[in-house]
Amino acid sequence: MKNIIFSLFLTLPLLLSAQTDEEKGAQIVAAAIEADRGFGSSTVDLKMVLKNKNGQISERTLSNKTLELDEDGDKSMIVFTSPKDIKGTSTLTFTHKVGADDQWLFLPSIQRTKRISSSNKSGPFVGSEFAYEDLSSVELEKNTYKFLKQEGDLLYVEQDPVDPKSGYKKRIAVYNKAKDYRLEEIEFYDRKGALLKTLTYTDYKLYKDKFWRANKFEMVNHQSKKETLLFFNNYNFEVNLKEGDFTEIALRRASN
Amino acid sequence: MNQFRLSYFIFLSSFFLFAQKNKVDTDLEWELNRESRYFYDSAAYQDQLTYYPSIAIRPTYSLKWNEGYENLIFSAYFCLDRDSNRTYWDLREFYYQKAKNNLEINIGFKKVFWGVTESNHLVDIINQTDALKSFDGEEKLGQPMVQLSWFTSGFGTLDFYYLPYHRKREFPGKKGRYRFDTVIDGNDVGYESKQKAWHPDFAVRWKHYIGILDIGLSYFNGNGREPFFQFDEQGNIDAYYPLIDQYGVDLQITAGALLLKFESIYRDAIAQKFFAFDAGFEFTFTNIDKNGLDIGVLGEYLYDERGDWSISGLQDDIFYGIRVAFNDTQDTAILAGGIHDLETNTNLFTIEGSRRFKKNFVVSLETRVFSGISEEERFLLFFKQDSLINLSVSKYF
Repeated sequence: MKNIIFSLFLTLPLLLSAQTDEEKGAQIVAAAIEADRGFGSSTVDLKMVLKNKNGQISERTLSNKTLELDEDGDKSMIVFTSPKDIKGTSTLTFTHKVGADDQWLFLPSIQRTKRISSSNKSGPFVGSEFAYEDLSSVELEKNTYKFLKQEGDLLYVEQDPVDPKSGYKKRIAVYNKAKDYRLEEIEFYDRKGALLKTLTYTDYKLYKDKFWRANKFEMVNHQSKKETLLFFNNYNFEVNLKEGDFTEIALRRASN
Repeated sequence: MNQFRLSYFIFLSSFFLFAQKNKVDTDLEWELNRESRYFYDSAAYQDQLTYYPSIAIRPTYSLKWNEGYENLIFSAYFCLDRDSNRTYWDLREFYYQKAKNNLEINIGFKKVFWGVTESNHLVDIINQTDALKSFDGEEKLGQPMVQLSWFTSGFGTLDFYYLPYHRKREFPGKKGRYRFDTVIDGNDVGYESKQKAWHPDFAVRWKHYIGILDIGLSYFNGNGREPFFQFDEQGNIDAYYPLIDQYGVDLQITAGALLLKFESIYRDAIAQKFFAFDAGFEFTFTNIDKNGLDIGVLGEYLYDERGDWSISGLQDDIFYGIRVAFNDTQDTAILAGGIHDLETNTNLFTIEGSRRFKKNFVVSLETRVFSGISEEERFLLFFKQDSLINLSVSKYF
């Protein structure tokens, strides 16, 4: 009996045709999260190309490991491989669905591990046009949502960050319904509501017949005229990483 | 020398180990460093100089196989300086590492850091300080060891260390700065232990984190890393390495942008028993200019029961500092601060700045100013003329 009432509750929103834009927005984002569930763990190499407004270029390379967790946010590790003076500098992050993330930084020159604050959401990640919050894992709880419009297979959803420390008033994200709700583009609006940045996802590839990964991210800052390109190489979904690969010992080892 | 004997053994055994595996990643990297140390105050002692240019080279070679679960790391350091004692080489790292499940073993010369505070590193004891290279004790000599690490998610990390050989601290020569009026020959410093440098030392450390709290507890038994100094009636220095037991605790609370830090040790030797601690905070204002500028404010209080017999001179002192990070593509950063002695009113000021140029040059500028060194300072008084400006350029390739 209990089960019948419970499932009635679940299906009730679907039965009602008068769904609000807020509900529809949240539903699209939930569908996108659901479509990406079950990858387990992955590794990837990244090249970051930073362009300033005069077109001068500098590069960084890094590698990334991610472990998917259901009960809480993902665990991830980043190791810088260039420029050579920061080679081996690495971070370990435990993201949480609720509350601040836990983060450690390893400095290879003095072999020191430091627990660092994760409260810097809006600051740039290593001089790039990506803010820390742009790179953290997607959790439904972090925003409120509003469906805006549909153009063909593309669904436009406004996301308003819940965290007052976020650098954005809103984001407009474009999901592709025909491709498992993968992201095609995000527009970022600053706290004053002015358009700040546009992130475009291109060169998509399908891994394990299920997971879409863009091999190129292009972030353009419209206010500073600076640009950051991220190129992803050697995606590996077969690594089968464990929790033991995301510890302080593993952080030290990964910097080698 | 023992360094060679042990190195040879590590090399042979690890060669045998990785010879049977297939995919091996190798990486060779060089750092070439040019340093210009300029001491603008006239020298306190005869033969000391004002300008010390030096060149150093640090090759690092690494072999990685078994998907990174096995590594062989080699890193050496060679420095050429006008002070003959500062012309030296050291095997910074040369070890074999293997991880399996929740265990990791390391055999060879290695560097290990313990602790959380910024102005003093009380808990950190595994490696000998490279006193020639760094006044602040951040540079270390490679330490031969067998390290076994064990991790469980509910209990944190346990590290066990067997340290078969003690490395002596080296001191500047007669031409060098940061020396006493009499020149100490590092080799003349003896041991309390009959086994001398070959006394087997042991250490264990437990490290865990619970929410916002990071905690470390440590114990060390063996030859102390810091020499014990005595002065005879003629004022001559007599120094030796005592056998010590050292208990350490380090704590950090990470509450948003505020970090609270605490380190404390109790060291027990026949000649001396003492307690010391370092407690402080770091608060960071992030992205102030909406362009990535971070400014951190630091403060620490330092206590050492040895009083003026504390070699660092940090017996009742306040450290204050400001850390500026621009978060730009050149990783520009500045750290400025000072240490004020609450008893003697001695002041020490430092400013360090660094920035990357082109792809592979890093330029750093450091100034260290000794100001109003009190006559009561037992060790620091010897260095009162040793304020410096240091320009360092490193090339990586």
